[in-house]
Amino acid sequence: MNQRSLFLKLLSAVIVFGAWQIAGLIPVSYAFPTFTESMHALYTITMDGRLFTAYAETLRPLVLGVAISAVSGIGLGLWIGLSSRFDWLFSPIFIVMQAAPLAALIPILVMAYGIGLTSKVFVVCIMAMPVIVLNTSTAVRNTPASIKEMGRSFLASDRDIILKIIIPAASPVIFSGLRLGVSAGFIGAILAELKITPTGVGDIITYSRSIADYPTMYAAIFSIIVLAVLFLNGLERLENTLFEGNNRGYVSD
Amino acid sequence: MSQTSDAFGKADPIDIDSAVSVRGVSKNYGEVEALRDLSLEFPRGQLTSLLGPSGCGKTTLLKIIAGLIPATAGEIEIDGRKVTGPGPDRAFVFQDFALLPWANVLRNVSFGLELRGVGKSEREAVAEKYIGNVGLSGFEKAYPHELSGGMRQRVGLARALSVDAQVLLLDEPFSAVDEQNRRKFQEDLLALVRNENKTFIFVTHSIEEAVYISDQIAILLPRPSRVSEIIRPTSFRGTKADNIRRSPEYLDIVDQIWASLRNYVE
Repeated sequence: MNQRSLFLKLLSAVIVFGAWQIAGLIPVSYAFPTFTESMHALYTITMDGRLFTAYAETLRPLVLGVAISAVSGIGLGLWIGLSSRFDWLFSPIFIVMQAAPLAALIPILVMAYGIGLTSKVFVVCIMAMPVIVLNTSTAVRNTPASIKEMGRSFLASDRDIILKIIIPAASPVIFSGLRLGVSAGFIGAILAELKITPTGVGDIITYSRSIADYPTMYAAIFSIIVLAVLFLNGLERLENTLFEGNNRGYVSD
Repeated sequence: MSQTSDAFGKADPIDIDSAVSVRGVSKNYGEVEALRDLSLEFPRGQLTSLLGPSGCGKTTLLKIIAGLIPATAGEIEIDGRKVTGPGPDRAFVFQDFALLPWANVLRNVSFGLELRGVGKSEREAVAEKYIGNVGLSGFEKAYPHELSGGMRQRVGLARALSVDAQVLLLDEPFSAVDEQNRRKFQEDLLALVRNENKTFIFVTHSIEEAVYISDQIAILLPRPSRVSEIIRPTSFRGTKADNIRRSPEYLDIVDQIWASLRNYVE
């Protein structure tokens, strides 16, 4: 696996955080803290344990929603990709779901499912699932005909063709759908906490903003981005371990 | 021309043992008639080329023999058994190689055996042997995208050989390979036909290639496709590979085939 050189990683971190620091020092806005202030706030909320209790709350809808979206999304996507009738039946639902203005729909979800975990999991799923389903079904439909034909000529059963040819062939696009879906799921989890009930990380963001403690607010946002990046990296590692030959040397980071 | 007419003269009596028989095969795609009432015998242990202009249905015929597409009418028999679908007695070499990009050379070559449920150590031993035979030793762990076109087709060939099928079906196997590699392949194929007791069916659009490697050449003409001539070169088949292209009979047959095909090439 290729690795970006450590120097480049550090350089890009220095440029981004340096720009943040400068923008905070000018300041571009009263509500925009410097990088060092934000990091200090991050240190404080980590040390007094607020960050951990917040994540214990936020991770529940996030992990549940992402897990449901990944499993049922890939399953549905496979089915839609393999059967044109199923495609006709289900594809429109996910296309509508992807285009729907979610924030406007949240009140309806709350009326139907209350303000608890169910609504939040729903928000994560609505954000994460469509892109996973649509990517998977497109990838399955675009499996090169010649390798399916090769499988048949070497006596593959239908099950062999799905498990040993279609799924591995579709895996790069399935995984890119998963990456997009998981990122959207993170957005959904925070959106749910901002729009439904302020709990977890959403609570830190809302509360800090209301008392004008902007460094803490940015610290919370920063922490969720770091978590998302770590998670996406883990996903890419998994992909490279499972389907090594599909790796065309793109950089993992 | 005397040698050519000699070759045509010998084509008529077919009393040879045939491994594959195509009897009255037709194929329609909706309104379009791809093949009409086509019959052809493929002698055992020899290489037969299907040669014709593009769109004449030679690949269609090959895929019908492979059992990959059904014929509209007629039947194919292999050793007296009717073809109803793909079978263990046939192996296919694809024009675009059809390798699994996520699998290394060893897994690609052993994939046919894997699908037949052969155990891992056994199928890898067989695959190793054929990887060596096609000259790819040392590349077992390489992935297809790390290989040149010629090497990829060697993997495809090794995969087809490793399932030990009686009939090898090759669909323009060298058309995506560069000229120098193609020549090497053609020489290797001559040796393969001589050494392995298998029946080869070879689709090509190259007249020179067909005459160079074939024991029997079936010329197919388009719309709808039918066999117009069967040519069996005689004098140069036993000679060394280096001398074939200089043989007068080789040159005469190439000219003769071009003369009959040129009207069909747009």
